[in-house]
Amino acid sequence: MPAFTDLLFYAFAGLALLFGFLCVANPFSRSPVTSAMFLVLTIIALAGLFILLHAFFLAAVQILVYAGAVMVLFLFVIMLLDLKEEDRRKMRGFTIGAGALAVVAIAGILIRAVIAAQPLAQGILVEGETKPLGKLLFTQYLLPFEVMSLLLLVAMVGVILLSKKEIK
Amino acid sequence: MDSIKYLDPTTQFVLFSIVKILIAFVVVMTFVAYAVLVERKVSAWIQDRVGPNRATPFFAQYLPFIGPALVRLGIFQPMADGLKFLLKEDFTPAYVRKVYFWLAPAITVIPALMTIAVIPFGSTLGNPANPMVIADLNVGILYTFGIVSLGVYGIVLAGYASNSKYPFLGGIRSTAQMISYEIAMGMSVVAVFMVVGDLNLGQVVAYQQANVFHWMVFKQPLAFVIFLVAAFAETNRLPFDLPESESELVGGYHTEYSSMKFALFFLGEYAAMIAASAMMVTLFFGGWAYPWGGGEATGLLNGIGHILCFILKMGVLLVVFIWVRWMLPRFRYDQLMALGWSRFIPLALANILITAIWLACISR
Repeated sequence: MPAFTDLLFYAFAGLALLFGFLCVANPFSRSPVTSAMFLVLTIIALAGLFILLHAFFLAAVQILVYAGAVMVLFLFVIMLLDLKEEDRRKMRGFTIGAGALAVVAIAGILIRAVIAAQPLAQGILVEGETKPLGKLLFTQYLLPFEVMSLLLLVAMVGVILLSKKEIK
Repeated sequence: MDSIKYLDPTTQFVLFSIVKILIAFVVVMTFVAYAVLVERKVSAWIQDRVGPNRATPFFAQYLPFIGPALVRLGIFQPMADGLKFLLKEDFTPAYVRKVYFWLAPAITVIPALMTIAVIPFGSTLGNPANPMVIADLNVGILYTFGIVSLGVYGIVLAGYASNSKYPFLGGIRSTAQMISYEIAMGMSVVAVFMVVGDLNLGQVVAYQQANVFHWMVFKQPLAFVIFLVAAFAETNRLPFDLPESESELVGGYHTEYSSMKFALFFLGEYAAMIAASAMMVTLFFGGWAYPWGGGEATGLLNGIGHILCFILKMGVLLVVFIWVRWMLPRFRYDQLMALGWSRFIPLALANILITAIWLACISR
């Protein structure tokens, strides 16, 4: 049923955009908790898009890591810091410029990826399963993978160093 | 039944799925109600009391012998409890954050129920094309962990929405506790999947179904212990029930809730217990397989036998959950964190390493 899948794609994509908008510019509430919750919903909508691409592993990990762990920590910090309603921020020239630059850069990468993408040949099954992904990560992309883990380790050590009041 | 055969496969699939979802839902809800009764009875026996033995519906007196016996066992107590939850006043304090206050109980219940979807609760009912699992996902276990990790939002938001001190502390504690033990839990399961070689829960059961010695609890005892303890922490049960510890936080995150909203938290806790038990049966106790083995069911009778076998194993684990609650005192919060981070996570990592070395040795 291709039509049904298309319909689901538009539903999830629309929801992701809507929730994303409500996360950064919610007209009804300036509460940071509400923003965080809409970010969770955005992540879940993105996981739905991954499922439509048959990337079940990515979808599950997206929910597990981002919605289930990272965002919970966000909420945790927001609640511990007891942030009040955000003030409406004044837009400065520099902010607008930096924002516009970021948007243009990301849009450029996206457009380039869309142009470079090849339409899938008929008959090839899309595989987003765990085994092929793991194989790729530990053969072809081993170096970037290890560099990423090292980066995370460095970040972790840095956080521990910063949060210790005094080093014995 | 013959008319089903003439429908196209998609319609058949949808129909069977709906039936399976409905039955699983009803069974889980019944289990929740009676798990509460078992909890009250077991706690009574442990503390040398009698427990609920008074709830008597009007028809009980017409049943000779059986009626009074059932009343004494408290069989009708869950119905009385349910009615009471529905009929009590649903009070919303004036200072709460309304939207989250309403959402939080629902967010607690839904993930607990959704995890049931990937658990294979039986082999087949004679037709191999229709396995007894609602969603046969390739990444079954990751789905479960993902959904379980969403369960924490209910508790956090309940604490935040209540807008008062004790629920807030409960919510904060719960967040830290659940995130910490999720790591240990996830790592303990990695070793199991290394042995099986597949993330699909159906494959995990297939690996164990030969006989009792193939059960993961004997092949990965350390993983089982870590998973069991983490399951206690994830479901906020004693000895790790710090988010709602009565003696210091009144009732923790559900202090401000009453009536059906409170009942939803209650229901969520027991549904999470059932889901955790079902998960442990699937991962470590051979799922629906009989202890003496036997492959997938070919007939209806054997298929139902497998489902009953699964439910029986799950029931035993549920009783363990309840039993532990009334036997052990509560941990202190720093002890809880130290246990999670500096005992269980290193242990789970070591277990993965040992399993990897062992697997590499036997594959030579």
